[in-house]
Amino acid sequence: MKWALVAVIVAATTAAELMQSHAMKHHGEIRDFRPGALGGVLSRLFRNRFILASVALLAVSFCAFLALLSVTDLSFAVPATALSYVLETILAKYVLKERVGRRRWLGAGLVAAGVFLIAL
Amino acid sequence: MSKPSARLRLKTRILTSVVVGANVLGNVSLSLGLKNRVLAFTPAAVLEVLWNPWVTLGVALLILWLLSRMALLSWADLSYVLPVTSIGYVLTVIFGKLFLLEQVSTLRWLGALLITAGVALVGATPLRTVRRRRGKGQAP
Repeated sequence: MKWALVAVIVAATTAAELMQSHAMKHHGEIRDFRPGALGGVLSRLFRNRFILASVALLAVSFCAFLALLSVTDLSFAVPATALSYVLETILAKYVLKERVGRRRWLGAGLVAAGVFLIAL
Repeated sequence: MSKPSARLRLKTRILTSVVVGANVLGNVSLSLGLKNRVLAFTPAAVLEVLWNPWVTLGVALLILWLLSRMALLSWADLSYVLPVTSIGYVLTVIFGKLFLLEQVSTLRWLGALLITAGVALVGATPLRTVRRRRGKGQAP
């Protein structure tokens, strides 16, 4: 049961975050953090289909995460769901075309190894 | 891309702190509200869980997490944001130990150390490697 929940969380989170990053890259840097300007940004973003789909998927992932927390410790639940981020770094390179250099791979590898140890 | 300005680095640090803080505190609140409860997915049961003040606080913090991370992603790469914000895992372990009284083994501490090293390494790479629109821009 707990690994089925982990699988749902990983798949939904990965898809959601790729779409979110894609949409935000397209939007461009947010420079104005005054409330009025942020409101404008939000109302634009929440009419974007990539953002809407990513929020829906995050909601799925969140419900699965709540269910997972009810059956396991926080210090198992959190690292186990971090499997998604190994997948996401690979997809960031091939789908989002980010240039992932040696330092970034090494850093991502260290984080992945650390997350694995925490989940043991 | 050209070297990011000091301004952008500072902005990134501040927003990364908001993202990580909201994530860690949000998870701790949810855990406090949900531990040892059996979840059922009927509307009444879900409402009852959401009524718990720890769960409400957790949801509010996770909304802050979502929005602040979207802002961060508007100028930084996903392959930068993911490793750097993973310092949250280290803080979660420390919080679990201090406030939720969970057992933390030597291996878990070693894991936390590796994550910290990885974060330091990625934190020194360029914030963005793909060109994107400048300024406020329009949603696609």
